[in-house]
Amino acid sequence: MSEQAPRRKPRLRDERITLGHGAGGKATHTLVEALFLEELGNPLLDPLGDSALIDAGGTKLAFTTDAHVVQPLFFPGGDIGSLAVNGTVNDIAVSGARPLVLSAAFVLEEGLPVSDLRRIVASMAEAAREAGVVVAAGDTKVVERGRGDGLTVTTAAIGLVDERVSLGAEKVRPGDKVIVSGTLGDHGMAVMIARGNLELEVEIESDSASIFPLCEALFALGADLRWLRDPTRGGLATTLNELTEASGLCVVLDEKALPVREQVAAACEILGIDPLYVANEGKLIAIVAADRADEALASLRTHPLGAGACIAGVVEAEPESLVLLQTAFGGSRVVDMLVGDPLPRIC
Amino acid sequence: MKYVDEFRSGELARALASELEQAMPLGRELAIMEVCGGHTHAIYKHGIDELLPRGLELVHGPGCPVCVIPVGRVDDAVSLALEPNVIFTTFGDMMRVPGSKGSLLDARSRGADVRMVYSPLDALELARANPERELIFFAIGFETTAPSTAVTLLQARDEAISNFSVFCNHVTIGPPLRAILDAPELRLDGLIAPGHVSAVIGSRPYEFIASEYGRPVVVAGFEPLDILQSVLMLVRQLAAGRAEVENQYTRVVRENGNPRALEAIEQTMELRDSFEWRGLGSIPRSGLRLRDEFAGWDAERRYKVPGLSVPDHKACQCGQVLRGLVKPWECKVFGTACTPERPIGTCMVSAEGACAAYYNYGRNRPTRRDKIQA
Repeated sequence: MSEQAPRRKPRLRDERITLGHGAGGKATHTLVEALFLEELGNPLLDPLGDSALIDAGGTKLAFTTDAHVVQPLFFPGGDIGSLAVNGTVNDIAVSGARPLVLSAAFVLEEGLPVSDLRRIVASMAEAAREAGVVVAAGDTKVVERGRGDGLTVTTAAIGLVDERVSLGAEKVRPGDKVIVSGTLGDHGMAVMIARGNLELEVEIESDSASIFPLCEALFALGADLRWLRDPTRGGLATTLNELTEASGLCVVLDEKALPVREQVAAACEILGIDPLYVANEGKLIAIVAADRADEALASLRTHPLGAGACIAGVVEAEPESLVLLQTAFGGSRVVDMLVGDPLPRIC
Repeated sequence: MKYVDEFRSGELARALASELEQAMPLGRELAIMEVCGGHTHAIYKHGIDELLPRGLELVHGPGCPVCVIPVGRVDDAVSLALEPNVIFTTFGDMMRVPGSKGSLLDARSRGADVRMVYSPLDALELARANPERELIFFAIGFETTAPSTAVTLLQARDEAISNFSVFCNHVTIGPPLRAILDAPELRLDGLIAPGHVSAVIGSRPYEFIASEYGRPVVVAGFEPLDILQSVLMLVRQLAAGRAEVENQYTRVVRENGNPRALEAIEQTMELRDSFEWRGLGSIPRSGLRLRDEFAGWDAERRYKVPGLSVPDHKACQCGQVLRGLVKPWECKVFGTACTPERPIGTCMVSAEGACAAYYNYGRNRPTRRDKIQA
């Protein structure tokens, strides 16, 4: 097989940006690798991790940034303010670091009610308190009506890397277990339903939350903790495809073990959407050594956010670079990366 | 999930699979066609093919509404979409199908107002909301979707909505099945008939397959246990030397179908003399057009369309895939030049297309993996 062959560099053949480029699937990856890395590439950016790991005079820091656009601005279980804090804090946490400080830049659209802005900023403040970070820097711009989508928030964060852990796709070994911290697809379905154009009468709450406490609970595993991610845009399927692509290994998921809320499963069934591809904003995927998996599960379950943690699959050596699913029906199938944008944009 | 999990039980699947193993007639190889793309999708999504006994092969059929639309009709749609003042509406999958001069999505990036709708009634609503614009709905599909187009037309007539028209590409399921059974190059032992189409037309229209061609037919639902049970029913018929039309999907399909839906189609549409199908060529009396009473809502009569027959892309083997002659992974461009991101043919575009189903779900099957670049 092609173990030694260098990975093909994707080529961006599109002439214009489409919504597919923002969906987190293959088109996004092509855009990032063939345009942004091509122009901006450097040893800190090239690994395309959730955060860049920086050596600052002997101290290891994690640094990341995230732009947040979501419609509607308020949805059950959260709003763009809490999302902007949690999303960025989580990127720091899954890099094996404790979040320290945040910055926030707001682009406001002319006509936005101040009361809405106050609610959003208050919600940011509460999320920051819960995550144990402060907003240490900020910026505000206003754009003309019709050019701003209400409001967008861009946050950046710095975290302090925990010395006990060293994470990466290259640390993952065949036999390792794949742990999921709770139910899948809650955030994406909550936002889709809150838009109100699907005419589904079911309320689903977003899972937006800081997952640093869950990550911290696993740092004690040291080198037996191999890899962490928060499966946001593109869902569990896309996140695991990033792992198998980077490591050349195979992940085999067990459909029966995958936790999906009844309402989310039903809404997905009606809409023809696979919950494996739906975004999460407060969930953790952890890959741990097989003989520490029970211990990891027990630590996660002591925290309310990890009460539903379970082992969802296992890493295998072959087939190379593929995510597979053992179906509840007794067969198997490939779980590919999301292609294009079958879902409305959600984060 | 209630009413769904019951039809996806792994335990029942194992029991059915072992019954199927025992029911297989000794020393015979069987080829069964699942006509409908919805079935193809379910087969690969749940891995049903891996539960089938040795010697039993599933062959994918032509029942994918997007897949069977030929290049020329896509070109006609693009030309309609580029007409001044038109809002052109279509189901999502159809937007990505490449025509000889690009897809509807390409037309949109050139300035055409192309919008996705979930139902023709949404298109009619857009016509009401935009009285100064002209609305065209790209109607595709078998008897499954034809009734909703028919109902929309009746509503447009009753409300005298004059800025709405339909580009009608509805087709019927019987004629392509006859064309496939008449083709000398494929030997089929039995057919799994599509459930949703049958909910409209009933199970009776398949009788000719049993009586004239001596092949058993089972109308099947779309849950994995439905499909596995239908295969078992077909194998039992074959082992006993029977050729009958049986209905596995009794919770939805009646022998006479849905008379009100059929009546709505009958009121608004009539058979064309001939309609071109991708891969199957022109088939007499297989496509529907609007009746003369609805000429005012017929986009083909209100606008000039090229109306040309355009051959498929040279490398594309969708035609053979639709006739069950070539497996998706045997196509020369499958997974290389033709992928879901950059489809060459329709079978890779539609979620119901056989190529998309293999590509998305089936690439771990050993026979197929070596064909695809990782």
